[in-house]
Amino acid sequence: MQSETANQANAARAAWLRILALAQSDALDAAYSRLGDAAALPGYRLLRKPESGMAMVRARAGGTGAQFNLGEMSVTRCAVVLDETEGQAATAGVAYIQGRGTRHAEQAAVLDALLQRPAWHQRVHDVVIAPLAQALTERAAAQAATAAQTRVEFFTMARGED
Amino acid sequence: MPSTHSMTTAPTTSLLPGFDNPVDDAQQVFRAALEAFAHPGRLETLPVTSGQPEGLSPALTALLLTLADPDTPVWLPADVPAAARAFLRFHCGCPLVDNLGEATFVCIPAGHAMPALADCAQGLPAYPDRSATLLVEVASLHAGDTLTLRGPGIETTQSLCVTGLPADFRASWRANNTGFPLGVDLLLASGDEFCAMTRTTLVED
Repeated sequence: MQSETANQANAARAAWLRILALAQSDALDAAYSRLGDAAALPGYRLLRKPESGMAMVRARAGGTGAQFNLGEMSVTRCAVVLDETEGQAATAGVAYIQGRGTRHAEQAAVLDALLQRPAWHQRVHDVVIAPLAQALTERAAAQAATAAQTRVEFFTMARGED
Repeated sequence: MPSTHSMTTAPTTSLLPGFDNPVDDAQQVFRAALEAFAHPGRLETLPVTSGQPEGLSPALTALLLTLADPDTPVWLPADVPAAARAFLRFHCGCPLVDNLGEATFVCIPAGHAMPALADCAQGLPAYPDRSATLLVEVASLHAGDTLTLRGPGIETTQSLCVTGLPADFRASWRANNTGFPLGVDLLLASGDEFCAMTRTTLVED
């Protein structure tokens, strides 16, 4: 039971980390400042400054073949810890994002930490996560629609063997 | 979603930042460690500062941040505060082992007894480099028992004043010398100063 709730919590966190990582930098920036305008964000310090590096992307052909190295991509990571406030222990937040957007990584890490705080969770979810998730879905739908314009359906004629 | 909120709070309450500039600072500390091993017994002063968890001194912290990584198991005495373990796990990503013989770095902070040198990894005849390096915090590197050192890296002799080594240190170090090319290397740290003793360094009687 304990591990089940932990799994659910991890899945929820993975979902918001995904949205934060895939968000467009300017959209995240705008949402972050909207959140900051509504109420002052708690102070935080950098546990690990935003740093860029390379990560090897590995893949499997068809999902079942042998693993191969697809190529390297640049990744930026960051870890922050929110200051302790009354009744709140220090909370750590992490972010791994594609590319070299150090500001994006730092904001995503702070938002991850805020989402783990009960007092902030709902507000951050409404102001940041929900609009970014919406934008992500729209972007994916637009891309799929563009690709669908040139879709070709192949039909195989029955060869009459059976 | 109340279940999401208790996840990471417990181990992170005391997490501290590591080096200010991880690459540059680690390079400077590495250079200082290299100088220390090239000139056994000569004191080096830490060139940079870092976050410092409870239970570790500045020199031990900086040396571990520089040297330890996911390929180097680190051994710590059992009663070292959890904050120090969490710090090393986060910043170095090093495995923390309970078995002394598996460790590449054996770290002994202030107030802990030094394990027997012979119990640490000695290396293999084909791979003498697979031995342990001990990082030992001593009370002082300026006062106390004077050791006269001789050997590679020392032109004539080098004297080293140490307080806080175990009483049988000279005998166990002599045993460590005789195992050459196997044996352990030693880094003695005190506050923000440290010096090295390699397995070829002889302590005169």
